[in-house]
Amino acid sequence: MIRFLTKRAGDGLMTLAALVTLTFFVMRLAPGGPFSSNRKISPDILANVQASYHLDDPLVVQFLHYVWGVVRFDFGPSIRFRDYTVSEILLSGLPYSLTIGFWAVVVATVVGVTLGILGALRRNSLIDYSAGVVAVIGIAVPIFVIAPLMQVYFALTLGWFPVGGWGASWRNLVLPIVALALPNIAYISRLTRAAMIETLRENYVRTARAKGIGRARVIWHHALTGAILPVVAYLGPATAAIITGSIVIETIFALPGIGRHFVDAALNRDYPLVMGITILYGGFLIVFNILADMLRGWLDPRVRNE
Amino acid sequence: MSDASLAPIPRSTLSLQLRRFRQNWLAMLSVVILLAIMAACFLGPYLFPFDGEEANFDAINQGVDFTSIHLFGTDDYGRDLLVRTLEGGRVSLNIGFLGALVAGIIGVLYGAVSGFVGGRIDRVMMRLVEVLYGFPYVILVILLSLLFGGGNVALFAALVFTLWLTPAVIVRGQAQSLARREFVEAARACGMTSRQIILTHIVPNTMSTVIVYSSLLVPEVILSESFLSFLGIGIKEPQASWGNLIQGGTAAMSTDIRLLLLPAGLLATVLFCLNFIADGLRDAFDPNER
Repeated sequence: MIRFLTKRAGDGLMTLAALVTLTFFVMRLAPGGPFSSNRKISPDILANVQASYHLDDPLVVQFLHYVWGVVRFDFGPSIRFRDYTVSEILLSGLPYSLTIGFWAVVVATVVGVTLGILGALRRNSLIDYSAGVVAVIGIAVPIFVIAPLMQVYFALTLGWFPVGGWGASWRNLVLPIVALALPNIAYISRLTRAAMIETLRENYVRTARAKGIGRARVIWHHALTGAILPVVAYLGPATAAIITGSIVIETIFALPGIGRHFVDAALNRDYPLVMGITILYGGFLIVFNILADMLRGWLDPRVRNE
Repeated sequence: MSDASLAPIPRSTLSLQLRRFRQNWLAMLSVVILLAIMAACFLGPYLFPFDGEEANFDAINQGVDFTSIHLFGTDDYGRDLLVRTLEGGRVSLNIGFLGALVAGIIGVLYGAVSGFVGGRIDRVMMRLVEVLYGFPYVILVILLSLLFGGGNVALFAALVFTLWLTPAVIVRGQAQSLARREFVEAARACGMTSRQIILTHIVPNTMSTVIVYSSLLVPEVILSESFLSFLGIGIKEPQASWGNLIQGGTAAMSTDIRLLLLPAGLLATVLFCLNFIADGLRDAFDPNER
């Protein structure tokens, strides 16, 4: 176990290092800079400003400077948002993205797995077809179409929930969480259904039934353990993507999460912020992939022994 | 003594697969609807005496009116909504099909080489894929399209660059198991080079998987393009695309939902069709998968 963890952590750090290097140089190759704007700045001032952010050093020196900072968990100052460091910006938005994302993952997993199991147990029944329709809608209709339609119907027409914004009330959270969960419900229910149908045909399930274990226990205990493996594998990267904030959801529902920085930072050439976001996302991705593999190993001895 | 009438009529695998596909009514219906939408997008705009970027200041914010020349009305610049939606569809469909094709080809070749050659080269190639997977998708697309000089071609290149990864991983897995098969060993014994084996044995044998997967890539590319245009970093005004039309529609949805419904409905229909076609292809090519 400890050997597995150290190996995966080492692999992850190497991937992260490659990611940091690649982002740094690709970003600098892109034309334009944080201070190129329509407003003319006098060359002296520009030189001064650039010097204060070390942008006048050779690229390799800048890179080493940045890496030395990252090693000490210093991600530098944001260029666009003066007086704020990258850590401050990301930490101030992260709670909102994490809250929405966490609940979206929970809802997607619970609803998706339930729909998948019911569909697999009662194939071609009404509930199977309904789950199939939900899955097709969730996969085919983009989130930026569903979310505005939900706003029109549930917020403007029925008035059940606020249109957007972050408030003290749980009502503000319902629409964004549902909108964010829906495509994942679709994928998870499809994965669960397919895996469950396959698992129910496995010999070990038949053996368990033959030994006289009740149908419910076989389904929920024996079969589900096997059927949930692809869902766990899917959830690793999906969780990383969901909790780091959905740009579309945060834009449509006017939420103060970190999603919008993904677009703005790159467009503004806010170099340190782009790097910070990349490291945050890459880090989450690696951590959740390791967690997913550990969970799979715990559920399935065959994975553990690989 | 052999009775010719009892012998099975020889059929190629492909014709069997096509027959299985034709028996799937949902997939066939999707093909018909998709072809109709494609015809409308590529030919429809020519039926009108104006194009989608032309403002008609006498008919600003006109509603749905099938008796006027602006069937579905106009936006707040007096531009025809239907023509703009069809023109946006043309861009999306072009990018979708071309993008899936190019990303598919790159992915297949990369995956085939990586899986067939194996060893250290395989590890390095797959580590690169892993690193690229680690990029936040939006940042990668923005950086790449800036790097390629902006505009629609740069957007296309950036989309392709982010989408070849999954086909590469899938084909690699297949190539790995194919590389151990006897006919590959035989080909090598006959003196074929690795390049020849990859192109004549490995790649053709992964084709059915690739076709199925590429059909899933088409909606993915269209979705990505409209997603980016929705955020204002894909195809930009005044050129129409489904993404930026939907964005404009959401801004006006509390007063005039028509601007949202037409482009959103068309986009959703196309994505539905493409998904059903992909499902149909999977069932036809790989009946054991179900």
